[in-house]
Amino acid sequence: MQAAGIPLYDVPLVTVGGGLGSFTLVDVLRIQGVAAGAIRVLSSRDAPWQSWEYLTRVSQLPAGERIRSDAGARPDNIWGFPSYALHEAWQDKSVKLLWQVLTEPILTDFFSPRAATVFETVRREADRISYWQMLSKGQVRMVRRRAGGGYFTVLTPPPGVSATKRVVMRSQYVHLAVGYPGLKFLPDLQQFRETHNDYHRVVNAYEPHEHVYETLKSRPGVVVVRGAGIVASRVLQRLMDDRERFGLQTQIVHMFRTFVTGAHGQGMWMRRKGGDGWAYQAFTLPKSAFGGQLKAQFRRAGPERRAALSKAVGGTTTPRLRRWQEQMRRGRAGGWYHPFQAVVDRVEPTPDGRLVSLTRSDDGRLGRYTSDFIIDCTGLEADMPEHRVLADLLQYGGARRNGAGRLAVGEHFEVLGAESEGGVLYASGAAVAGNHFPAVDSFLGMQTAALDIAADLARRGFCSRLGPVRSTGQWIRWMRGRPL
Amino acid sequence: MIPTLAGRLQTRIFVLATVGALLTALIVPVLPGRPGSLGAAYRAAFLMLLAVIVVGLAWELLYHLLMQFRWDKDWPTLFGLVTIVPEGAVMWVLLNTGLVPGVGDHVSASMFLTMFVFVWLGQWLFVNGPMRVFFVQWRLRGGRLL
Repeated sequence: MQAAGIPLYDVPLVTVGGGLGSFTLVDVLRIQGVAAGAIRVLSSRDAPWQSWEYLTRVSQLPAGERIRSDAGARPDNIWGFPSYALHEAWQDKSVKLLWQVLTEPILTDFFSPRAATVFETVRREADRISYWQMLSKGQVRMVRRRAGGGYFTVLTPPPGVSATKRVVMRSQYVHLAVGYPGLKFLPDLQQFRETHNDYHRVVNAYEPHEHVYETLKSRPGVVVVRGAGIVASRVLQRLMDDRERFGLQTQIVHMFRTFVTGAHGQGMWMRRKGGDGWAYQAFTLPKSAFGGQLKAQFRRAGPERRAALSKAVGGTTTPRLRRWQEQMRRGRAGGWYHPFQAVVDRVEPTPDGRLVSLTRSDDGRLGRYTSDFIIDCTGLEADMPEHRVLADLLQYGGARRNGAGRLAVGEHFEVLGAESEGGVLYASGAAVAGNHFPAVDSFLGMQTAALDIAADLARRGFCSRLGPVRSTGQWIRWMRGRPL
Repeated sequence: MIPTLAGRLQTRIFVLATVGALLTALIVPVLPGRPGSLGAAYRAAFLMLLAVIVVGLAWELLYHLLMQFRWDKDWPTLFGLVTIVPEGAVMWVLLNTGLVPGVGDHVSASMFLTMFVFVWLGQWLFVNGPMRVFFVQWRLRGGRLL
């Protein structure tokens, strides 16, 4: 490297990604006494919430709307106290929010914070922990084990920032939180888009697709919605809100691959509510997966039992919110919302510039549904090796895949097989699903990973332990907004 | 809360033995219907607290069973508050039937009610907030401390 003139920087810990996963680990480490100078965040993003904000916004969750997350899951506050419910109640001077969090989910729907609350509080915490000082912008190319221990991380900074095209970080510890490798489209929709070069009428809900709603405001139309998860719910809400607000005539055809008609599951102790096509669940997993009984079961289970548990509690779900229930009821009664079970064989253009979906139902019935737009809300994830850093790790870094096809990690989120003579490579977020902890891809999951990683680093002497005394002292600092 | 059985039992014992004991110590001097000397009142009050811990372990087993009918395997905040009614009623019956050893007939209804509600509310508020400040991992381990 020296011969090639590539600059080399020494830093004890590097975190790759720069999203909420990196932010959460950095926050915990700073609270556990690590100096800002001992950490580098390598990221192509300007702010830790940037990618999350983009995905939530295009999938119909603007800043003022409420996300699908528990009151106590605060990426800016590792204690979860005061919760987002108390925070917003104080900010809005709202007794209603207090009542909601007190009586959830029995008398009211679960409290969830506004997306804007998350951005604002994370920004405040980022300022407090000197996050911006630790951030190095650029594209990470690879993480490689170093002869003699630790790792090299190769970064391509933005043009003009560095004298060389690449720079290298040498570190004892590396943390990966690179998020989703990407989106994958339903095969029939992908085929349609490629064959007809039409990215206008067939859209994925995670892509910008505001033109669909704008077009529907200018003339009546039919929209096919595919999917049964939270994003489908939000897209429906947007279509229905617009219909009410602007007096539109939009017809909504909603296709479920699996149409859930009622409570389902194995035995009386594993019953999930459902109906009208949907499987209902407050959060992305049963609540106990985030820190209770299900988390404990996963931790104790072997690979086969974990796979069986995942199957039992997994699947696409959406919360049963009173507002959505009422909208859908009106839509069914008014004859403009048509939910049914169907699998699409293929999509074709019609001569008059519309789309036709050729479908097949479980009872063998064939269907043809003409629409102006198709919104794919299935949000399938791309395969892990589509991310270049992960692919490189699997090929050259000693990392291996678990039964779910993700990175195999140990109980402190250390990537198995990627150790490097006293150096440790950790990973958190979506890339480590299918291991001992099911809720990796959530605020609370990222904090769980961050705390477990930091506990391991404390054992290795990298930071202080987070016992009751330090925890209380740091919480008081947090409450007072005192910088670290 | 999303407790495991071990977490429930540990939290019950720990919180009542610390926050519960502190609140009991504070409330006894001002309890209405207090019989005899302050010492006798303290003795009765702490024996009652001990009884709430011991009987509470059985309650936690029942709550754990009931929780299994919930898909989320969670225990809503409201449940932690309203269970004061059955627990208080059973404890009152146990006291009046002489099944709490050592307390005897020192406890009036007003004293029992005041102490029970005060300690209950205090521990409920504590587990729904400040507990997390002292033990960061507590809420992520189903309420386990060990």
